[in-house]
Amino acid sequence: MEQERKALLTVQDLGIDFGGLTAVNSLNLTVYDKEIAGLIGPNGAGKTTVFNMLTKVYEPTRGTILFDGQDTANQSVVDMSRAGIARTFQNIRLFSKLSVLDNVKAGFHNREAYSPASAVLRLPVFRKKEAVIEEEALKLLSIFSLSEEKDTLASNLPYGAQRRLEIARALATKPKLLLLDEPAAGMNPQETEELMDMIRSVRDRFAIAILLIEHDMKLVMGICERITVLNYGMMLAEGTPEEIRSNPDVIKAYLGE
Amino acid sequence: MDFLSYLINGLSLGSVYAIIALGYTMVYGIAKMLNFAHGDVIMVGAYVVFFAISSFHMPLAVGLLLSIAVCTVLGITIERLAYKPLRQASSLSVLITAIGVSYFLQNAAQLFWSSSTKVFPSVLSNGALQLGGLSISYLTLVTIGTCILVMACLMLFINHTSTGRAMRACSEDKGAATLMGINVNLIISITFAIGSGLAAIASVLLCAAYPSVYPTLGAMPGIKAFTAAVFGGIGSIPGAFLGGLLLGIIEIFAKAYISTQLSDAIVFAVLIIVLLIRPTGLLGRRIREKV
Repeated sequence: MEQERKALLTVQDLGIDFGGLTAVNSLNLTVYDKEIAGLIGPNGAGKTTVFNMLTKVYEPTRGTILFDGQDTANQSVVDMSRAGIARTFQNIRLFSKLSVLDNVKAGFHNREAYSPASAVLRLPVFRKKEAVIEEEALKLLSIFSLSEEKDTLASNLPYGAQRRLEIARALATKPKLLLLDEPAAGMNPQETEELMDMIRSVRDRFAIAILLIEHDMKLVMGICERITVLNYGMMLAEGTPEEIRSNPDVIKAYLGE
Repeated sequence: MDFLSYLINGLSLGSVYAIIALGYTMVYGIAKMLNFAHGDVIMVGAYVVFFAISSFHMPLAVGLLLSIAVCTVLGITIERLAYKPLRQASSLSVLITAIGVSYFLQNAAQLFWSSSTKVFPSVLSNGALQLGGLSISYLTLVTIGTCILVMACLMLFINHTSTGRAMRACSEDKGAATLMGINVNLIISITFAIGSGLAAIASVLLCAAYPSVYPTLGAMPGIKAFTAAVFGGIGSIPGAFLGGLLLGIIEIFAKAYISTQLSDAIVFAVLIIVLLIRPTGLLGRRIREKV
């Protein structure tokens, strides 16, 4: 069934060295359209480094990243965002001094750009675009039940709401692929449960693919259709949750001999 | 009556400081650097207006627009050539580069236009508004009015436009902003453009009040405005406004009531006291170290 789906992201033989240290090596990874995929591995396995390469925060030393049919060599971070990759962060990185609404609006920056000159002159194009941004931002906030807090400073939101806002802000860039870096970190089981429902509904509603890094095995096994396991920067295994759960190498990496 | 008149003079001087301080504070807020060449952009702006009016007999408004255009381009060019290559360098390298750019501009001005002082033509009518026993010159009114207008426009721009939002986002977290598709280099260029354009406006107000143009003209107002920005809380736009106005008022009061010679010393003493009590300035935010 997977073969029928279109590959959105194809990573081949990806690797990166920091000085003499190889952080990630020969990684192959495919994410299909509208799929929820997982990237797991013990601490320090290089998972976040992979996200940083996919978004071009780090330039890979080796390998290719094909996104939406395009080779992304020489693309900048902004190019990747425009191409349709958005992400959240392991330790939340909201614009904490901006209101909740402005955080989401900042995500629309590239999509609904108008020139600063038209803003100064308050031309109709400025007002129209601002109105579109406002409407779309409010729509996103209501999906993530943040409408009531729209004028609150992001830093004053409770933790769980900050996590939701980060996802809303990422979706404002209208991605085709959403990268979630430990979305359940710091959440209690009840919140994690809600998060799982939310991730699924985001995928269905926005028709996008999601690749997530997570330590919470219940979440990973519960919502990911395919999982890639990293260990010491190397790909250890790849498969469905059932295959991963019974893979002896994975068990060894996680539990030791 | 004297008190009121000093206060108004202080507000007028403070308005010029505030407009210059906005340039310092915006660049600091977004590029996280102290652009010590900012004062010298004022100097270039003053020369442009001077030549436009004296040599080319242009009207003041045209001279001002020309000066804004030249300073804007100058600001963007300085950033691209001198600061952008140092984006990843330590803040000390950038600071020293800024001082270097400052000397470069001063010496270039000396080379092109000689070090002799040029007399700025009187551009605004010398009339004054009589209010009871109080006489307020039109220049004072124009200066204060310009400052309020500039401040209002800037607040609207920063708080209610997409570019302004992107600027606030960049000021907080450039990495996250880039990942949201915001072109940080472009935003920094826009910031320098706005700051330098404001420097051009300040240069006209400054030269209308103190009508001499010379290569180091921008140094002292630059340092004072920088002080004002720190006083108000560097990085904060309302802080620069408040700091500028207060600094102007303190300076005029010190001149009037204490000593003309000591006025600058008193201004800087006040800064030191404020920083001892509130290290982040009047409206500055305390930075919490993340563990």
